Amino acid sequence: MTTKYKNVYIEDVATVVGPYEAKGPLGKRFDKKYTDMYFGKDSLESAEVKLMTDSIDLVLKKTKKEKSDVDVFIAGDLQNQITASCYAARELSRPFLGIYSACATNTEGLIIASNLIESKTCDKVLVSVSSHNMVSEKQFRNPTEYGAPKPGTATFTATGGASCLLSDSKGKVRIESSTIGIPVDMEQTDPLHMGSVMAPAAAETISKHLSDLDRTIDDYDLILTGDLGQFGKEILKDYLLKEYNIDLKNKYNDCGVMLYDLKEQKDVQAGGSGPVCSALVVYSDIIKKLEKKELKRVLYVATGALFNPTMVFQKENILSIAHAISLESVE
Amino acid sequence: MEKKLYNKLVMDHKPKEKRGQNAFIAFVVGGLMGVIGQLLVEFYSYYLNISSSDASVFMIVTLIFFASLFTALGFFDKWVKFARCGLIIPITGFAHSMTSAAIEYKKEGFVTGLGANMFKLAGTVIIYGVVSAYIFGFIRLIIMGGA
Repeated sequence: MTTKYKNVYIEDVATVVGPYEAKGPLGKRFDKKYTDMYFGKDSLESAEVKLMTDSIDLVLKKTKKEKSDVDVFIAGDLQNQITASCYAARELSRPFLGIYSACATNTEGLIIASNLIESKTCDKVLVSVSSHNMVSEKQFRNPTEYGAPKPGTATFTATGGASCLLSDSKGKVRIESSTIGIPVDMEQTDPLHMGSVMAPAAAETISKHLSDLDRTIDDYDLILTGDLGQFGKEILKDYLLKEYNIDLKNKYNDCGVMLYDLKEQKDVQAGGSGPVCSALVVYSDIIKKLEKKELKRVLYVATGALFNPTMVFQKENILSIAHAISLESVE
Repeated sequence: MEKKLYNKLVMDHKPKEKRGQNAFIAFVVGGLMGVIGQLLVEFYSYYLNISSSDASVFMIVTLIFFASLFTALGFFDKWVKFARCGLIIPITGFAHSMTSAAIEYKKEGFVTGLGANMFKLAGTVIIYGVVSAYIFGFIRLIIMGGA
């Protein structure tokens, strides 16, 4: 489903990251950086809550808004029962919608928020996401201190919190349209190769978006996928061309590849992942370029593997989904 | 696209794992662990004047102690990433799996966290270790008459 918006603007964004992300190529552009993984909290789970609340506080401070100015707070993360979001919502104490689309959560939130603003239900909607590398490792894989060896296709959950305040008052960047994706099953079962799981979902959403709006790749300056990683990125290019006859040319990049220096930071393997991965790249880099009009229109396709360890152990396939939003710099 | 065709496309873009190199490192490190173990056995039996089977128990306890200590100090996982099965298969891997799980779940309480999750990884090894010991014990009884 593709929707066009006339009146949805990004008021401001805020990013908070852990030490690994701070060392990456975008390191200097994040608003707040931590040098450890606990951020003064006792447990990793509480540390993730702090990432999100920090990013909320920062975006409110930047926009000179009070908590009470937020009409609705939409948030999601990777923890079971989206714990980090719920506890961050406790701090904010505003009407709260908790959402989950794995690593596509950020665009899901932005789409819901855009619809609330376009329909004039709300004036200001706050969308937040977070993820924490060690929380994800503990929940989805092995204990963090175990350090189980992984293949080169594995991705590295980014540690960070990111918030975006959407508003109906005119700003420099607007959300111009969105496409809600369909869950895709290509019979992929390897949880250590999420790029192969998610690439078909990204392809499906990109082609749907273009056909619904009767556009081509040339109508965009950049197509940005969430966190396919370096191998998923190549799969997507190939698959889009073969299956949908869409050539991404040189207008395509992947946030998972952009967040880290893949040559220097070997631990990230194929690249970054997690709901916050694409949010960190888009908020720290892409939005700034749109504000300066270096980019005119960007299609941001966050990709999520709807991965449940229990279902994988029960020999079910891993599903994936991708939601897209088109960001445009305002004249 | 046919799902089979897609799988082929995925395989085309899959990086080659350095299996030869990984196996070689694991072989050398695993061998070194054996050497260290043997040296410990010799050391204990010579200096404590005990039988080599008693010294083997001392050796195992020593390896478990150091693997657990290094896990707790936070650098054993880096060694495991490098040496892989060279450190996972020996008794050090067993100790490491238990200590790492214990550290991970400490915050959830001693009973509901640490106690309940400590055997998360090692439990499998124990269960199938016991089951296979039972089966092979039987085979040995049948073939060798319990000798």
